[in-house]
Amino acid sequence: MEPRTYLWLIPILPLLGATLNGVLGRRFSRAAVSAIALLSTGLSCALAIFEVVTLSDVFPIIERHFTWIQAGSLRVGYDLLLDPLSSVMVLVVTVVGLLIHIYSVGYMAHEEGPNFGGFYRFFSYMNLFMFAMLTLVLANNYVLMFVGWEGVGLCSYLLIGFYFRKQSASDAGKKAFITNRIGDFGLTLGLFSLFWMFGTLDYQPIFARAAAMPVEPLHQFGALTIITLLLFIGATGKSAQIPLYVWLPDAMEGPTPVSALIHAATMVTAGVYMMARSNVLFSHAPTTLLIVAVIGAITALFAGTMGLVQRDMKRILAYSTISQLGYMFLACGVGAYAAGIFHLMTHAFFKALLFLAAGSVMHAMRGELDIFKMGGLRKKMATTYWTFLIASLAIAGIPGFSGFFSKDEILWRAFNSPEYGRLLWAVGWITAGLTALYMFRIVFVAFHGEFRGGDEAWHHAHESPRVIRVPLVLLAVGALLAGYVQVPKFIFGGVEKFSDFLAPVFASTTTHGVAETAVNGGHHLELGLTALSVLIALAGIGIAYLVFRAKPERADLLEQKLKPLHSLLFHKYWIDELYSTLFIRPIQFLSTWVLWKIVDLFVIDGLGVNGSGFVVRGLGRGLRHLQSGRVRAYAGWVVLGAVLIVAFLVFKV
Amino acid sequence: MFNQYFQPNDILIIYPELLLALFAMGVMIIDLFLDRAWKVLNAFTALVGIAYAAYALYRLKSNALNLSGYNHAILNDSFAIYFQFVFLIATALVILISARYLSIEGENRGDYYALILLSLIGMNFMVMGIDLITLYIALELMAVSEYILVGYLRTNRQSNEAAMKFFLLGAFSSGILLYGISLLYGISGSTDLRVIAQRLAERPSHDPIALVAVVTLTAGLLFKIGGVPFHQWLPDAYEGAPSTITTFISVAPKAASFALILRIFIVGLKPLETSWVPVLSVVCVLTMTLGNITAISQSNIKRLLAYSSIAHAGYLLLGLIAGNEYGITGIAIYFLVYAFMNIGIWTLVVAMRRKDLIGDQIQDMAGMIYKNPGAAVLMLVFLLSLAGIPPTAGFIGKYYLFASVIQTHHYVLAVIAVLNAAISLYYYFRVVVVMFMSEKTDEEKMTLSPGVLTSLAVTLVFTLLIGIYPEPFIRFAQNSLSLFQ
Repeated sequence: MEPRTYLWLIPILPLLGATLNGVLGRRFSRAAVSAIALLSTGLSCALAIFEVVTLSDVFPIIERHFTWIQAGSLRVGYDLLLDPLSSVMVLVVTVVGLLIHIYSVGYMAHEEGPNFGGFYRFFSYMNLFMFAMLTLVLANNYVLMFVGWEGVGLCSYLLIGFYFRKQSASDAGKKAFITNRIGDFGLTLGLFSLFWMFGTLDYQPIFARAAAMPVEPLHQFGALTIITLLLFIGATGKSAQIPLYVWLPDAMEGPTPVSALIHAATMVTAGVYMMARSNVLFSHAPTTLLIVAVIGAITALFAGTMGLVQRDMKRILAYSTISQLGYMFLACGVGAYAAGIFHLMTHAFFKALLFLAAGSVMHAMRGELDIFKMGGLRKKMATTYWTFLIASLAIAGIPGFSGFFSKDEILWRAFNSPEYGRLLWAVGWITAGLTALYMFRIVFVAFHGEFRGGDEAWHHAHESPRVIRVPLVLLAVGALLAGYVQVPKFIFGGVEKFSDFLAPVFASTTTHGVAETAVNGGHHLELGLTALSVLIALAGIGIAYLVFRAKPERADLLEQKLKPLHSLLFHKYWIDELYSTLFIRPIQFLSTWVLWKIVDLFVIDGLGVNGSGFVVRGLGRGLRHLQSGRVRAYAGWVVLGAVLIVAFLVFKV
Repeated sequence: MFNQYFQPNDILIIYPELLLALFAMGVMIIDLFLDRAWKVLNAFTALVGIAYAAYALYRLKSNALNLSGYNHAILNDSFAIYFQFVFLIATALVILISARYLSIEGENRGDYYALILLSLIGMNFMVMGIDLITLYIALELMAVSEYILVGYLRTNRQSNEAAMKFFLLGAFSSGILLYGISLLYGISGSTDLRVIAQRLAERPSHDPIALVAVVTLTAGLLFKIGGVPFHQWLPDAYEGAPSTITTFISVAPKAASFALILRIFIVGLKPLETSWVPVLSVVCVLTMTLGNITAISQSNIKRLLAYSSIAHAGYLLLGLIAGNEYGITGIAIYFLVYAFMNIGIWTLVVAMRRKDLIGDQIQDMAGMIYKNPGAAVLMLVFLLSLAGIPPTAGFIGKYYLFASVIQTHHYVLAVIAVLNAAISLYYYFRVVVVMFMSEKTDEEKMTLSPGVLTSLAVTLVFTLLIGIYPEPFIRFAQNSLSLFQ
């Protein structure tokens, strides 16, 4: 007998909260708004945990509710799917989401002045985001997933531009939205092709049929390769990969909890989730996988270098997010989907924590984000410092912290990849060093040494209230322990709970696809490689210490010596400028001079509207004799019409 | 000897109409005893009547009685029942917005509601009739009530003039229609559409008498829905009539006339399909195009909506030209959608009427977003729906109609229809631009009566709901497919 399940409540509860706060929030007190937002997220989180725990023996659960769209042979149902993959996602989204909601109550309490009314608007958007994100991960077909996909995009746009009176914020919102449109264009094409090829958009029939198809040869572009490439284009937009990553650093204009929830822990990982969900398709298209792996590796390295020289704390973290997402793509690209999802989970904890800690610092510094105007903050804000440090150690991949396990697993699988495995590993390895370097640059510059922001600011700096500290601590626990569900074999025989749990989802992949990477070389090689990554991480921390802590003047010296390189990195390889020259200016030119001046003003307004207006007015003058109350003339038209029809019939017949 | 003509069943079949007739009489009688301040009760009585009729209709639908009666002159099949539900919904919404408007105009009397109910009865018989005489009488019952209602503002010159024109031309077109009916009777010796279809099929093709019958029927019926070139009465009548009556005649009677056309063409004139499809195709193109292009240059919102409604009649003809299941479902769902979106937008036009402001110029809406942000957003939703933009209901309607002609390979028609939908965006958005981008000209805000608020809430909810979750509504509309049986 099918167990009774209530999956639909998981996304609906936050939607309820969003609606209540959105419609009536203006009349509620702040306490009521927070209570509604927290309660809806909390209940959804509790229910998610309950469902996952009670149902994990009978996975996968499919809950069919109603047919949403029926057009020709296309049937789209409101069907929800809970399997190991979606339960990992649901737990990450609700748990991290709940903690960030709690944090936001404290963080947004300072919303006042020009943003009056911002409080309920903020929580309404955040709950709406939760609804969309949960729809995305629970959907049992591509269309419903796409609804969530677009929904999170919309919420992201609304929340980046939350301070819409600020020009840069509303510009950043538009940039994110438009960049994502490009990716979504690819994704929709991919979905159309899927429907064209399989005649349905439900997961199970597509995957069952795809699994039976032969694997397409490498370096060739078969149907599945093209479809998966299109899906991948969608993923590069949402998950900020080359070439569509440019929106994410600017997205930091939004409030910090938004950066933590949407632009670090959950939404940006949607692309990774989508690829893991479609693993059967991707595994049958080795060409796509190779491209994914290469793009992921390059993005990881590239974003890591850009993070090295930024001064804005949140921007450094944004580049770090892009870089870590690159790792996840690298994992998917080498067929190690479980490793990618594993890193997604650990990353959700430590990156959300980093952002929230940055928010706590920002709070203490009255909005200042330049790390070179900080210093020695560890004395003022102990909790923030320690949690930030734990997260930094986790992301740097220091043994014992969660990031170590997940990153190591990805690097090991990359190394074993038959196509350019060593090269991919080397890129990931260097990136690991860079990660440690830029993270500890923040730690040493902002939290150690002398304060550089003036006495008055130092005096103001203080630890944040408890409502902010509690989520930090809880996330720190996650960042510390989340990795122990999957431990490599050479450490006490290893733990493989996580990959065992996910195994059913990737089952057909490992039996059919190229993902069957023979783990060769044995445990000694793995141990050696792990030692190398720990070494480079320690080296990164060491360099950060030597340059930014031991003798801070070295940093300036280095900057002077490597002026061209620094400039290149600081200006982010001039990619924004390049895009501006290549795409934006020509489009602007086209829209101003061709579409607006010629098509709109001349053709449409001039010839079309004024012209037709002129003709119609001219006709009107003629017709006015008929149209001004002469019933006889109207009747004449009726007769004329009848005569015309007769004539038409006679001549036609 | 009496039971030779009447069966007990006959009374049951028209039970909803009997109730409506009772309530129509009742409103007039109750009105005599009401103080001026209590006239709003008339609207209430009429609403109760409609609710009662809707319930009776629902029982009729679920009891699945033998639905043919009156010696096979009446066929209350699920096609008829579907359209009757649409009429009831549309009429109830119109009554909701009427009370306040009538008291502003100083014409708050009971006969207004009685006439609306009588007109509703006429419409119900129009969709139930399968016999040409019944159909004609039903049509006239609807039309005569409308003539009076259009001229209901006795002291208003424009209203009187509109009524006069409407009446004269309506009578004229009825004459033409009657001529066509008599020809069909002459050919087949029967007024039953099913018998006529059999007889027509037996005659040689290109029979000149049959052709003349088709032409006259087409001309008479196209007049009722405002198809070009028989449309000229429509903008004048819409502009001159009281706004609530314009709301009424722009939806329910139009749906009734269209249902009548479907019955006559799909059931009775099916054998002559090869001659009327090309005629209707030309009329369809002309109607869409002329309606949309003329709407562009209108400055009066009532006239703009009048021309837009002509254009919509053109889109609806697509479904008839296709004549397949998609087309009929499309027409059926379109009228349900149209009832909500069109009444919604007209409700806002009605609400703009104040003591000192007629409120029917597009300029009167300048800066509405600053004065009445809620109303402006509602207006935007209804305009989007009229233009057929997803996720509003209008998209679903257009999708079915356009898809139906693609299925029957009328690609040229489909392309012209889509181009027309694009043109229509222009004038719908001109209204949006005025509302959202112009400076407001005065400070006075709209006041919305409870009836208007209810009507707006219902129309808004359904305009969005049908757009977002169309499935159950499409299944409901597919009831109309009994037309083919």
